[in-house]
Amino acid sequence: MFRNQYDNDTTTWSPQGRLFQVEYAMEAVKQGAATVGLKGADYAVLAALCRTSKDTNTLQRKIMPVDEHVGMSIAGLTADARVVCQYMRTECMAYRHSYDAEFPVRRLVANLGNKLQTTTQRYDRRPYGVGMLVAGYDEQGPHIYQVMPTANVLNCKAMAIGSRSQSARTYLERNMESFEDCDMDELICHAIQAVRGSLGSDDADNLTINMYVEMVKSMDPPLEADHDALSEEGMSDDDMMDHGPSSSGVPPNDISDMETTASTGGHDAH
Amino acid sequence: MSRLGFEQFPDYQVPGMKHPDFSPYESNGGSIVAIAGDDFAVIAADTRLSSGYNIHSRTQSKLFKLSPQTVLGSTGCWADTLSLTGSMKVRMQSYEHTHLRTMTTEAVAQMLSIAMYNRRFFPYYVSNILAGIDNEGKGVVYSYDPIGHCEKATYRAGGTAGTLLQPVLDNQIGHKNMNLEDADKIKLTKDRAVSVASDTFISAAERDIYTGDSVLINIITKDGIEVRTLSLRKD
Repeated sequence: MFRNQYDNDTTTWSPQGRLFQVEYAMEAVKQGAATVGLKGADYAVLAALCRTSKDTNTLQRKIMPVDEHVGMSIAGLTADARVVCQYMRTECMAYRHSYDAEFPVRRLVANLGNKLQTTTQRYDRRPYGVGMLVAGYDEQGPHIYQVMPTANVLNCKAMAIGSRSQSARTYLERNMESFEDCDMDELICHAIQAVRGSLGSDDADNLTINMYVEMVKSMDPPLEADHDALSEEGMSDDDMMDHGPSSSGVPPNDISDMETTASTGGHDAH
Repeated sequence: MSRLGFEQFPDYQVPGMKHPDFSPYESNGGSIVAIAGDDFAVIAADTRLSSGYNIHSRTQSKLFKLSPQTVLGSTGCWADTLSLTGSMKVRMQSYEHTHLRTMTTEAVAQMLSIAMYNRRFFPYYVSNILAGIDNEGKGVVYSYDPIGHCEKATYRAGGTAGTLLQPVLDNQIGHKNMNLEDADKIKLTKDRAVSVASDTFISAAERDIYTGDSVLINIITKDGIEVRTLSLRKD
């Protein structure tokens, strides 16, 4: 799209009913490296292609754990992504502290959507230039949500965003029906294959794919509102001991951060 | 005649006049013992929660696992304990998100001290003992007063029976007040630490009414936290 007289700020409509600033924010998402999210019956998986700068050789972290049961991968402005991620983490921690329970994922993304919407309606703010795939697992099962700078929140079975993500989406569409029956490893393979379709000619020989797998906490249904059953720390303390409010204290340990390398053959290092 | 137009009662209690006196604190009892060794740390706490002469629970754990290498034992006012450990948990999670690693025991110790001192003028009425493995793999014990003064030690007892337990530890672990040749000073092994902790609790339960029912023992090593229980007098 070309520059026009209606794109100076977010609070100006175009005669066709478009908000150009918001659409430009979407462009920022399309510039980011591709990321893919999909879910099966028991797992939600995120995979992201990480761009490396050949000078510094550090990885751009695209997948961010939010809480023990939620993670997200991003495409677009990393700085905006960090702020959004921090917001989500704070919300999850506060909820956990107040209610001793996991924040239901759909409510979390709904809150996020509302937060993003205000940025599209204020003259002194701009939309967040980041698109997100939020993967979560709660009592309703695994979830994948797509959240965009337009503040649209979509509940997805599978989704891909970022540059050259159309081929990933095509792959996902073709294989979507089989995801329900896949086990964790098969889902991971699907995610990797989906994201491979988004490799460009200028991507490196040795590419790093960051992965995030959201796992089932406990195969048993939550029993008698005993929060220990939901605690993934699985303390070996006696069951009769009441451990007080989630004394499992700590780190999101179940996030498996796997890195695999895929070789694309014979091109310059990125 | 007072300003209020009626006779005012004196400040001390008189028959017939209910003397309102709200204290924000309550002691819910309990004791903790922690012992640090070369590559392990043992922390034990009883499981009785009480209020005056009444028992709230015989099976309430007072040990909070803050990380795979750090356990906090907390007694005193149970409400303050829950509040403090809850906020510690949140802060530690924030740290992990930012630094992408678990907090070291020393860092937790410092943070706890700061958190408690922040409430200098309305303290957490809690007796804290933090036990864990430090960066070098050695066992370490930190003890706190209600306003956050933190002291690193090899062994420490706290809670209602703290004053009963501490001299026993001084003698058995610190070899104090004994005529012992250096050769006789037994090196502290994990089993000895656990058995000394257990024995001191059995003694404490005999004399302290707020300590009893059972003891929960956490043995922290670099390989993880082993949990044991020991039954105590239930009276």
